[in-house]
Amino acid sequence: MSDTLTTAGAGTTAPARPAYRVTGPRVLRAEWAKLWSLRSTWITLGLALLFLVAFGIIAATRFRSLTGSARMPGDFARSTALSLSLFGTNFAQLALGVLGVLVTAGEYSTGLIRSTLTAVPRRLPVLWSKAAVFGLVALVTGTLGAFTAFLFGSRVVAGTSAAMGFTHAGVVRSLLGAGLYLGLVGVIGTALGALLRSVAAGVAVLVATFMLIPGLMSLLPSSWQADISPYLPSHAGESLFTLAPDPTVLSPQSGLLVFLAWTALALAGAAYRLLRSDA
Amino acid sequence: MIDARQLTKRYGEKTAVDGLDFVVKPGSVTGFLGPNGAGKSTTMRMIVGLDAPTGGTVTVNGRRYARHRAPLQEVGALLEAKSVHPGRSARSHLRALALTHGIPARRVDEVIELAGLGSVAKKRAGSFSLGMGQRLGIAAALLGDPQTVMLDEPVNGLDPEGVRWIRTLLTSLAAEGRTVFVSSHLMSEVAQVADHLIVVGRGRLLADTTVQELVRAADGASVRVATRDPARLRDVLTGPGVDISGRPGSEELQVTGLTAREIGLKAAEHGIPLFELTARSVSLEEAFMELTRDAVEYHGSTTALGAPGSPEPAGRTA
Repeated sequence: MSDTLTTAGAGTTAPARPAYRVTGPRVLRAEWAKLWSLRSTWITLGLALLFLVAFGIIAATRFRSLTGSARMPGDFARSTALSLSLFGTNFAQLALGVLGVLVTAGEYSTGLIRSTLTAVPRRLPVLWSKAAVFGLVALVTGTLGAFTAFLFGSRVVAGTSAAMGFTHAGVVRSLLGAGLYLGLVGVIGTALGALLRSVAAGVAVLVATFMLIPGLMSLLPSSWQADISPYLPSHAGESLFTLAPDPTVLSPQSGLLVFLAWTALALAGAAYRLLRSDA
Repeated sequence: MIDARQLTKRYGEKTAVDGLDFVVKPGSVTGFLGPNGAGKSTTMRMIVGLDAPTGGTVTVNGRRYARHRAPLQEVGALLEAKSVHPGRSARSHLRALALTHGIPARRVDEVIELAGLGSVAKKRAGSFSLGMGQRLGIAAALLGDPQTVMLDEPVNGLDPEGVRWIRTLLTSLAAEGRTVFVSSHLMSEVAQVADHLIVVGRGRLLADTTVQELVRAADGASVRVATRDPARLRDVLTGPGVDISGRPGSEELQVTGLTAREIGLKAAEHGIPLFELTARSVSLEEAFMELTRDAVEYHGSTTALGAPGSPEPAGRTA
């Protein structure tokens, strides 16, 4: 035992001491390694992908079976291959958003944050790295899922009123937009986790933001609705992958700007809390 | 080298650490002693920047911890037992920490072996026993080959083998010239390894001393002597620097300032028969209790536990 110790301590004399140093890219690599060394990452990403592809195909199949039938609801009849294929986005955003919350809030619930911040006491590089790493992973997963869903979904509805190919104007932009939206939802998830430091609170705020508040808008006077509704994170985000320009929805470009602003706001809140509060 | 100056931490009304001034020097083991709730953990958390001081400063090797380019190379800290994600293997955990500093994978394997975790390195940390968790924490603390090693209650939950391992580790780390700072609420744990002692209670510094000095100060040894004629013995023994006490009607006397040998000889000289002659030296543990008596947070339970076992009133040992 003492032999091992002496060997380990041989580096204490000044010249032999290795020159370690914390750098941004190194923190990024550490966060990358941390993400993939947990089983929950693989499971949740798999679920997100499954939701995107499976629900897209199910929606397309349903449309095809109802085509020409009197039971086809009016809204549903106006569907396109794109809107049907991206039906699973709602579910995938939940999976990716929750995983994003886990990436940060999970460190607080397990106590790992103490190890993490002792290694990187400047703290902010940890937040930026987590957001970047997970945002990228969610972006890739979302884009892959969106394209796969459309690949199958568009085949299912070929020959119906919803038929549409990759070459149709705006399709590729919308599919990329869906991936970008899901990536940013992942970033918002990590920011909420870091801001609230609790998995339960993070998930609750995430669900409220993306699922409950849009539904509550109908309670507002209609003139307010028109002014506020398009700027909500969920609606601004949806404009990224909506094909038909709808007067009540922002254009994809302004939608992206608004959604980026929400993401930046969440990150700023997380950064403030990370720097100001004891860990 | 850890240098705390007027270090203070307040949580609302409660002051956890109250103007602490101390220096922890390299090349020796410094024990950080105090009852539960004395502010030891908070102090250690401030040293590595997890908590921001309300007042004062604490530096490590001349700089604030967060200002160092390679913090893990300056201070290796074991804080609460588990600062690990239970779903990650021991190796992945250490690897992730190593990556932040560019510490090579070889060093990760080295500390795994050093901590005796070789056989469980690939297992999820959540399945670890308390002792294994402690070893993983110590492996993480040694990862950066740090100049200062700081351990908060390191022997908690360890089996006797593990306790011995920690003691050997601490002494050899200090022998290599490192600064070793180890907290405990038990004097017996620290006395065996520490050279220097920093004693705190209720966030305040109670003593900054060496083990030898504390022993010497505590060693105001008293002698218990029983005789048929305590009044005569009292007259015989009385002299400068000698303090004699005893309850009226009792055959027992408590003598300080004379050794058992001197008392025995004097009694024999005057023909006073003795029934009992017992030297009582104050243990290090008692000295520590005495020092922190007023600073113990949960006083009631302490006296309740101490009362039935000890026939002497607590004040007598002072």
